[in-house]
Amino acid sequence: MSDTLSAIEPPSELTRRETLVRLGVGSFAVAACGACVFGYRFLSPNVLYEPSTIVNLGKPAAFSAGSFTADPESGIYAVHATEGFYSLSAVCTHLGCLTVWKPDAGIIACPCHGSKFDRHGVKLEGPAPKPLPWLKVWLSDEGDLMVDRSVFVPPNQYLRT
Amino acid sequence: MIQAMEGYWNQLRRTRVWQSVFRSGTGTSNLHRSQVVQQSIFLHLLAVKVRKRAVSFRVTWYLGTLSTATFAILVVTGILLMLYYHPSTPEAYADMKDLQFVVSAGVFLRNLHRWSAHAMVLLVFAHMFKVFYRGAYRSPREFNWVVGVVLLTLTLFLSYTGYLLPWDQLAFWAITVGSNLLSAVPLVGDKIRFLMLGGHTVNANALLRFYVLHCVILPLLAVLFIAIHFWRIRKDGGIHVGGPKPAEAETLPHA
Repeated sequence: MSDTLSAIEPPSELTRRETLVRLGVGSFAVAACGACVFGYRFLSPNVLYEPSTIVNLGKPAAFSAGSFTADPESGIYAVHATEGFYSLSAVCTHLGCLTVWKPDAGIIACPCHGSKFDRHGVKLEGPAPKPLPWLKVWLSDEGDLMVDRSVFVPPNQYLRT
Repeated sequence: MIQAMEGYWNQLRRTRVWQSVFRSGTGTSNLHRSQVVQQSIFLHLLAVKVRKRAVSFRVTWYLGTLSTATFAILVVTGILLMLYYHPSTPEAYADMKDLQFVVSAGVFLRNLHRWSAHAMVLLVFAHMFKVFYRGAYRSPREFNWVVGVVLLTLTLFLSYTGYLLPWDQLAFWAITVGSNLLSAVPLVGDKIRFLMLGGHTVNANALLRFYVLHCVILPLLAVLFIAIHFWRIRKDGGIHVGGPKPAEAETLPHA
């Protein structure tokens, strides 16, 4: 009798208990992975109420030649140089503090850890690892000066109006 | 008078209600005293007996107890501060100012919370150094050292998340700098920062996330690990009192 049984059912190495334990652990692992994905997606906001990265600076004529204008609200500098307009990010490349334009010294200084940059964003001293990035500048159809804070361009690209 | 008080006290301890709560009953024998500790969910974390040396000031400077005491002050004052604080912009800053100038005893509670927080960080570090220099981290207490490091990290995270809540310039820029440090983590740094702040900048989402971490998640974790920490002291044979090991004491010094 037992011979016939073993002939029909190949001997399994797993007992019923082991099979159930493996099933249990397996489903727990699947559920845990699901919970991780669920948690990650829940914690990443899909809608952000953050200000637009595109800044409208108004008519270029408002910026006199040679002017260096800081806009702390949007965290950018708008510069009207002899070559044309350009814009720098005012966010320090060290740890993200807002830098300040010092008109007397003609430099940009960070109040947090003392980095200093020249008017072209090139680092003069301090812990900042990179120069201040140049931002994309263009004229809107209405003739307004526009800056996109999220788009970096290579230095020394000027907008002539 | 004192005898009458003691009589009432013993009478109370013999009532059915009392004995249904505290099973150990009356008595002052060693067995009864042990049962009082063993049968309480709070006291059972602690040892039934301690060596006299273990409770002397010299051995521990009571730094662990003092850390726990500051934590208790922080929980109580923190819960009271929560009653006047909205974790949203721009109310958070105004609420903090209201606590200072409008709410009765608000400035006292806020300062007590703030100074206790500073004291706790200091005491936890001092506790760690004391344990280290006394060699109390050695076997069989290695695991409790690890639990202690977890508690140190939790203390620092609690301190850091609490830093943002006043929503002033110092808070804003400190968290901006701190979260940018996190971006330096290879590969996943920016992602962790995004999840922690709930956005790309320190804003209302970040304030709310830090509030929930500061008031719910981190304190719960701290209580859990404090419980493990205390329980392990008992399981590892009580507080390390030091003194030479018998073998070392018997060794003759080099001539």
